[in-house]
Amino acid sequence: MRLTAVGLCCHRGGRDVFTDVNFALSSGELLVVTGRNGVGKSSLLRTIVGLVRAASGRLVLDGANSELTIAEQAHYLGHQDALKASLSVLENLRFWAEFLGAVRTDVRPALDAVGLEELADLPAAYLSAGQRRRLSIARLVAVKRPLWLLDEPTSTLDAAALECLAGLMQAHMTEGGLIVAATHTDIGLSATHELRLDRAVAHPIASATVRDGGAL
Amino acid sequence: MTPLAAVLFRDMRIAVRVGGGALMGVLFFLVVVTLVPFAVGPDLALLKRIGPAILWLAALLASLLALDRLFAVDHEDGSLDLILMSRAPLELVVAAKGIAHWLTTGLPLIIAAPLIGLFLNLDASAEAALVVTLFVGTPALTFIGLIGAAIAVALRRGGLLVAVIVLPLTVPVLIFGVAAANAAAVGPVPFGTPFTILCALTLASLVVGPFAAAAALRQEIE
Repeated sequence: MRLTAVGLCCHRGGRDVFTDVNFALSSGELLVVTGRNGVGKSSLLRTIVGLVRAASGRLVLDGANSELTIAEQAHYLGHQDALKASLSVLENLRFWAEFLGAVRTDVRPALDAVGLEELADLPAAYLSAGQRRRLSIARLVAVKRPLWLLDEPTSTLDAAALECLAGLMQAHMTEGGLIVAATHTDIGLSATHELRLDRAVAHPIASATVRDGGAL
Repeated sequence: MTPLAAVLFRDMRIAVRVGGGALMGVLFFLVVVTLVPFAVGPDLALLKRIGPAILWLAALLASLLALDRLFAVDHEDGSLDLILMSRAPLELVVAAKGIAHWLTTGLPLIIAAPLIGLFLNLDASAEAALVVTLFVGTPALTFIGLIGAAIAVALRRGGLLVAVIVLPLTVPVLIFGVAAANAAAVGPVPFGTPFTILCALTLASLVVGPFAAAAALRQEIE
């Protein structure tokens, strides 16, 4: 499986967020997107899943189910946790598993994987920020999808949870999954590719360079 | 469980939990209708004549009460992103949310209506007609309201905007709902004529509402 972006441009709110982004990512590889605040890391991830329309450019996921869109084969872990405060931890996770069409509807193993099994019956309103984050990560484990798009996955996580996340990401890549992660911090895994989004202050138009790309 | 059933049951579960809007609508309905006899005075003939109109008006406002947040909460907590990305058609997800809203807001109103109708001196046949017209008409209110809720999704305080957008669209439902209920209570128009039009309005809104709301959500989310 291979995710390729060619000449991707994004135009939002009357300005170019990024222009001419190119990358290619194969099974078992991790692309880390870095760059300053507001440089378009989140917009890039949202463009890949179609939540933001690309102004131009091409995105292809080869070797996947051709009847499904990229978004339908991807997990998107955004800034928001997509949790309902009045539902319990288990109900929240079970809803997403059912809604996203998990083959297996028993979600407890996914809760175990993120270390929330003891809080299964607690309403999500009582979770801390880090626990909420872990619960939304459990969604990625409960439903199998080949492509993971992680937007600042490490925010609010403690050291143990960081290690747990790195383990889950490693396991996903070992199974042949693809991961695109936008982050400021070290996620504890060696990135196969790094995409650095830059915008020089003097120029209103962003440029992107692939460092250690190799795949292009 | 299918994705759509999952949405339906989740929304109903949230509505009946703490902070959900399920009982707010029916409480508002009871309060408004209870106040009318105090305002109008103990004129039983007058209450009987305006009773169906008051109940319908209260039902309309109560239906809209919890509606403005229907998509806004999903937008704020990021659920809407995942819903937009999913394999389930957005139109059907919107319809499932509409059905959940009607079951938790509209249906309790219909159950409470005969009881509260006693306050307005309605007799048995008038109450029966009222329940039937509310049962047929309130789904239209919810599904027309979906459009307003979808348009106001990105606004923090979109409640008034939803009312301004939705209320004019609900006027035909109100007219024919009250006409049908009045026809059974006081005549002289036959019940069937306005009731048939009310049914047609509901059927049309069941189809148009989800498509229009889904289109609005797709536009709005960027």
